[in-house]
Amino acid sequence: GPGRARAARAGRWVRRRAGRDAGRMGGAGPGAADEHRPVTVVPGAVPRRQLCFAWGPAEVLVCETLFGRAGTGEGAPSTSRVFVVRRDQDIYIQTLRKLFNESHGIFMGLQRSEEELAGKSRKAQLVQVSKNYRSVIRACMEDMHQAAISTRDPALQGQYSTQVSILSAMELIWNLCEILFVEAAAAGPLLLRLLDWVRLHVCDVDSMVREVLSSENPSKHKLFWNVVDIFVLQGRMDEARHLLSKEASANPTSMNMYKILDDLMKKMPVPSLGNTQTLTELELKWQHWHEECQRYLQDGTFASNPHMESICKILLGDEDAILEKKELMTTWYHFLVTRLLYSHPTVKPMELRFYAQSSMDLFLGGESSPEPLDMILMAAFEFEMHQVIKECSIVLSNWWFVAHLTDLLDHCKLLQSHNLYFGSNMREFLLLEYASGLFSHHSLWQLGVDYFDHCPQYGRVYLELHIERIPLSTEQKALKVLRICEQRQMHEQVRSICKIMAMKALRNNRLGSALSWSIRAKDAAFATLISDRFLKDYCERGCFSDLDLIDNLGPSMLLSDRLTFLGKYREFHRLYGEKRFPEAARLLLTLMTAHIAPCSFWMTLLTDALPLLEQKEVIFSAEQTYELMRCLEDLTSPNPGSAPFQDDDVETTKVEMLRLALARNLARVIVKEGTVEGS
Amino acid sequence: MFVARSIAADHRDLIHDVSFDFHGRRMATCSSDQSVKVWDKSENGDWHCTASWKTHSGSVWRVTWAHPEFGQVLASCSFDRTAAVWEEIVGESNDKLRGQSHWVKRTTLVDSRTSVTDVKFAPKHMGLMLATCSADGVVRIYEAPDVMNLSQWSLQHEISCKLSCSCISWNPSSSRAHSPMIAVGSDDNSPNILAKVQIYEYNENTRKYAKAEALMTVTDPVHDIAFAPNLGRSFHILAVATKDVRIFTLKPLRKEVTSSGGLTKFEIHIVAQFDNHNSQVWRVSWNITGTVLASSGDDGCVRLWKANYMDNWKCTGILKGNGSPVNGSSQQGIFNASLGSANTSLQNSLNGSSASRKQS
Repeated sequence: GPGRARAARAGRWVRRRAGRDAGRMGGAGPGAADEHRPVTVVPGAVPRRQLCFAWGPAEVLVCETLFGRAGTGEGAPSTSRVFVVRRDQDIYIQTLRKLFNESHGIFMGLQRSEEELAGKSRKAQLVQVSKNYRSVIRACMEDMHQAAISTRDPALQGQYSTQVSILSAMELIWNLCEILFVEAAAAGPLLLRLLDWVRLHVCDVDSMVREVLSSENPSKHKLFWNVVDIFVLQGRMDEARHLLSKEASANPTSMNMYKILDDLMKKMPVPSLGNTQTLTELELKWQHWHEECQRYLQDGTFASNPHMESICKILLGDEDAILEKKELMTTWYHFLVTRLLYSHPTVKPMELRFYAQSSMDLFLGGESSPEPLDMILMAAFEFEMHQVIKECSIVLSNWWFVAHLTDLLDHCKLLQSHNLYFGSNMREFLLLEYASGLFSHHSLWQLGVDYFDHCPQYGRVYLELHIERIPLSTEQKALKVLRICEQRQMHEQVRSICKIMAMKALRNNRLGSALSWSIRAKDAAFATLISDRFLKDYCERGCFSDLDLIDNLGPSMLLSDRLTFLGKYREFHRLYGEKRFPEAARLLLTLMTAHIAPCSFWMTLLTDALPLLEQKEVIFSAEQTYELMRCLEDLTSPNPGSAPFQDDDVETTKVEMLRLALARNLARVIVKEGTVEGS
Repeated sequence: MFVARSIAADHRDLIHDVSFDFHGRRMATCSSDQSVKVWDKSENGDWHCTASWKTHSGSVWRVTWAHPEFGQVLASCSFDRTAAVWEEIVGESNDKLRGQSHWVKRTTLVDSRTSVTDVKFAPKHMGLMLATCSADGVVRIYEAPDVMNLSQWSLQHEISCKLSCSCISWNPSSSRAHSPMIAVGSDDNSPNILAKVQIYEYNENTRKYAKAEALMTVTDPVHDIAFAPNLGRSFHILAVATKDVRIFTLKPLRKEVTSSGGLTKFEIHIVAQFDNHNSQVWRVSWNITGTVLASSGDDGCVRLWKANYMDNWKCTGILKGNGSPVNGSSQQGIFNASLGSANTSLQNSLNGSSASRKQS
């Protein structure tokens, strides 16, 4: 398809990046080679000045300075700027979001997948997961390509094309790992898989094929034989024969020669995917066919047509004949697979290393040195999984690839554990890095949570450190973060988030919000403080704000004594408002006698009793009235150890009024109670 | 790494420190122009200066944010021998309209008789506390017992370090197994072989800080020091900026039980040492997970250090000034992504190769 053509001129990038980095293993991160550390230039900074810096959760601040200069007024008038530096560039590429989002789903599926599935079905499952990852890469590549052709900005176009070739290289490597490690194809099927791999990824010649096939008369096209060769080199026999048949019908005189070649190509034994033939059977057939080809070559059947003679030599696996077609193969790994197809079709996995090395040597011929992509593929052919991952970490600009591939290989039970100094393994190390990168993005961080969840050793502590740094810009966002923490019983983070929100609300004088956040935080001290603010506001304004909240405190009222009082006091007002006076009176009294109300508030409470004392109906019983009186006396009598009662005019008047009202109430209630008892 | 934005700081003199708040949405800068500026990040990612005020009567060395649980609080320290605590007041509507906020001085800490060289808030689990250190060799620890009243700070501890102090770092571990701990660095440059890093630990019994360790191998002036986030480890990691970058591990040994209450003894190892700055190193600081250390030196570079999964510390990135001034007054927004990108060489080579290819 068209995707193929653009897709996979893969790895030139990595090859171009050149052997500079090759061989410097053990880099600690994407793009981090040992002697070739990526240098980021901070524009405008003056030489010989130093840089001061600060870490943020997602960014680093950098600014020019001079260290070690004491005193004032030494610096030049400063035009200095503060630079915001980000670490993980790929995270911010819009078109890669699909890669991050969709691979997250596959990753989660893999974590949940049934480890119990045994043998073949487990392997089939893992191969499917691998294919799913690759199809996400390809879809992303397609989008990136569309973006590249639809933009007119050459710089942007360049960036997109870069991404296309990087994605393409990733898919190339992944596909090979899938064949060799995940599927672990055995001798026979192995070759078929490698052929598919080459056909899928060696696309530099596809345009040539299209040009020839779409021409009016392909067999007269100057590139006709090139295309036939391409098909033969890729083992696409049916297509090669189809083309040849056109040429044959145009040349009746050499019909016989064409027929013989066609027959040889038709009869070529190939490994089968099913169990219909054994390797021994295949090798026997192969030997027989090989001898037949040899005979035709030696008796000069094709001598009159150098093209056909060369094809016959290729069928015989003649290295020189194949190497002559170097331009049509473009890469050493294509050469390797062609060579295997025509010389060692039953190659065993462990023999690949030998053929791969010699194919690379023969193909490069000492003219150029292997480049990072070559080294990565070579490591794969050598079954050096760890090396593949290390090299990819060095060369690739993001952690996505190594993290997901390593996780898959680990699920295939292929990784020896490489112990970190703190005991975690390579899989976890890479997943932690990837997820940390996600956390530097304002929305992708939510994917990061799930990755941390699947890092048994350090996932939780990383999540704790990262999640508490998510900006709590709105209540909604805070609730989202909070839910994640609550689901994981991250009590300290829950408390801290609620506390931050409570503080923020309080600073903005949103008392209701502040109170509900501190209840969530179970922060008794803060709840007390806010309750006091509510009560103070009430005393000043004579009404409560946030009635809904206070009316529905429920058991959370018990968080602090003051909050309990606030809730109960508001209940008193509600009862009073509903004219349920006896209940209101009983509650009011309890607030004092049970010492729920702070002493500082007793005067207010007693004043609140005034209208109840002056109702037509008698409300306070004699006993209750006595208690009210005792409360008033407790409050007004000078008491060693407690603050002296404020003895100003207003207060004195209030006390006098209360005493009078209490006395009158007592008189009325004695009469009333006497009457009731008497009747 | 890549430079995503640049902000004209507009200080009238040298900037000495920049500081991110806890969430990375605000930053503060301080300068020899005796002022502090606060910057806020808007929804679209632009940074705006929302406050700028004179804080001291001398160069302001350091500015740092308290944890947001305590509100919006800054501390600064200065050549004028004081440290100060500032709180943002939710502004009058006028201020809000102009996008400005108002900061008030809550306290001035005047106990030092020399330049106050560093100020750091304690880990939040200890409450609202801060430590200062000064050129006269004293570390002072202050506490605000009532977090709603930042005008009352009491001097809780005075630790005499004998040597001129340049930097302090609290151990961030909140584990019950670890007592509060503070490391102090000295930039004393008289020729002596005294340890320039001392570690003080709080003793529950005596209610005092006492010297638990000294890094005897660090005898050159120390300019900065930083404990790594703990990650639940039993041991501590400490980075030191001296004539090179050094990373130490401190493994607590069994507490010695004495009548005065045991001080922790440590097994100290140096796990990495880098002289790549080729000269004095002035700042060291850890990222939030303590997995990457950044250092800044006389070579004008910020270098990032990271251990891989085989405990191999490597430089993973370098930030470097290019020495050419930027034109324009307030250039903001995304720089050309290839400028200053970690992948510059990669992208160049790619663009080159894709251009030379025929498009199919």
